[in-house]
Amino acid sequence: MITKFQVAYKNLFRKKIRTILTIVGIALSSWVLVSLLGFNQGYERALSKDIDNMGFQLMIMAKGCPYEAATMMLKGGTGLRYMDESMLSKVAQEPEVDKVTPILMAAVFDPNKGESGGVAGYFGVDPKTFPEMKTYFRFRQGGWFKDLDAYEAVMGYEAAELEQREVGDMILMPEKNIQFKVVGILDRTGTQDDGTIFVPLRTLQKIFDKNHQITTIGIKIKKGVDSAPLEEKLYQLPDVQIVSLAQVKETIMKLISTAKVMVLSIALIAILIAMVGVINTILTSVWERFQEIGILKTIGAMPGDIFRLIWMETLILCLAGGTVGIILALILARLTDILIRSVLPYAPTGGLVVIDGKLVLVTLAVILGIGLISGLYPAWKAGRIRPLEAIRREVSG
Amino acid sequence: MNGNQTIMEADALTKIYRRGSEEIAAVNGVSLHIDKGDFVSIIGPSGSGKTTLVNLLGCLDNPSSGILHLGERPIFGKGKPLSERELTKIRREVFGYIFQNFYLIPTLTVLENVMLPLTFYDKRGRSDDASRLLKILGIDHRKDHLPGEISGGEMQRVAIARAMVNEPQILLADEPTGNLDTKRSMEIVETLKDLNKREGLTVIMVTHNQVLAANAKRTFEMRDGQICELERTAFT
Repeated sequence: MITKFQVAYKNLFRKKIRTILTIVGIALSSWVLVSLLGFNQGYERALSKDIDNMGFQLMIMAKGCPYEAATMMLKGGTGLRYMDESMLSKVAQEPEVDKVTPILMAAVFDPNKGESGGVAGYFGVDPKTFPEMKTYFRFRQGGWFKDLDAYEAVMGYEAAELEQREVGDMILMPEKNIQFKVVGILDRTGTQDDGTIFVPLRTLQKIFDKNHQITTIGIKIKKGVDSAPLEEKLYQLPDVQIVSLAQVKETIMKLISTAKVMVLSIALIAILIAMVGVINTILTSVWERFQEIGILKTIGAMPGDIFRLIWMETLILCLAGGTVGIILALILARLTDILIRSVLPYAPTGGLVVIDGKLVLVTLAVILGIGLISGLYPAWKAGRIRPLEAIRREVSG
Repeated sequence: MNGNQTIMEADALTKIYRRGSEEIAAVNGVSLHIDKGDFVSIIGPSGSGKTTLVNLLGCLDNPSSGILHLGERPIFGKGKPLSERELTKIRREVFGYIFQNFYLIPTLTVLENVMLPLTFYDKRGRSDDASRLLKILGIDHRKDHLPGEISGGEMQRVAIARAMVNEPQILLADEPTGNLDTKRSMEIVETLKDLNKREGLTVIMVTHNQVLAANAKRTFEMRDGQICELERTAFT
């Protein structure tokens, strides 16, 4: 017994080049679609991870552009502006606040970094309060420094790899020519912290001549407490700005949404083109087999049988194209990641294009849905072919 | 009327086509009856209306007027024309068709082509019959070949097997030898004769070749849309 499915798929081999080109068209649109959807969820996930991994929900910074400040913070740069450390105790008194930690960010030019030098990020932190914010930090070697004014350093995973340092080794801060003893090396976190060198707050303040000055206060809010009233109160503090990381996330997502709409439009156009291609292929195939389809009706096929046969051909094309496109997207996800990263003003760490099982199923469902719609007209036309017309064409032919 | 069971009876079947204001009667008041197990040939010059008549007898088209019975069952003449769905239901119950151009599916093997009707309608679960038919028709050694790999005569035998797989009551063959040389044509007619004799199959064959037509038990001639039966040939 031969099934309708066998008849349908074998027919697609009749014009191999046309079938392959149609599948390629569907595959390309499927690739664009799955990559876009993967970017949609990957970017948000990566951004959320970056922000959550900061360990605090609010930051207080000296007045300036909050987005610049937040971006610099995320990128591991410096806040450029400073505030007095006494602000810390004022903030800590607020009832909503669970923990606070002072941070002084500094950047020095390292001529040995990369091919033409680069900026090395140093974070001056308090060894008592900072680790409580970064509870997910795990040490590959060693641990935190104990003294607030020791010349000791904890290196992020990538910073240690780059400098080829182990615990007990010394590192030199360029420009200042000051040496630190490495007391701890962190495990990979997948965040900007991997490239950072943490040193005691007082030490960094002394080196950069910023006594009792800090760039940032990280605030952890008590569990279940609404941050809005606290933000209102903190706004009253002079010469500081409040950066809510939830707001930062929202703002970045809004900025990125324009790009998303554009890419979505391109994907939509690609899908429409593929759809037209499918309709054209199947319709051409139906007209080429006009007599054959008519004859199928003389051997017992009902209009519904012909409809299903042609519809099945459309589905096979879409399923094949969709699958190839998804495989392509999975293989080239890293390349897509690099391409997107090169055009975005800010890209969080971690994979920007995340393609999971659910996304694969959604894309396949979309492509199959499009296939079903595309196949309707050709299948309907084929179902209406009358055997007599086919025979007459034979006679006239 | 003879004492045999009538399988098909037409009374004043007419098919009129309109070309502008002109009316052309391609089939004009044709009456005939065909018995079960008959082998009928219909001959006539081009444009005489033989194919149109076979289309009406084979329920491929509705007549403009007239009556058609298949056995006791009235088909045409009940007033309104039958829909394509109703015609298909009758066709797959009663008829097997073969055509001049074979119309085998080029991507399916010989065996798959023969089994194809069962995909749409398996009248009596005859899926094992495809191989048996190929054997009867002497082409079982070609069952795994594609149509493009076999000769014209073999292709028509495959088409006959395809038409036979659902055990039709009547086999309609419209110019079945039109694309074959004399030798192959004779072989196909011999095959039809054999099926008629051995399986008791009723065969209606349209041809313009009088020599081939002479192989039938009864021969009708169509001329200007009208039919007349020629004298019966000896058939053993």
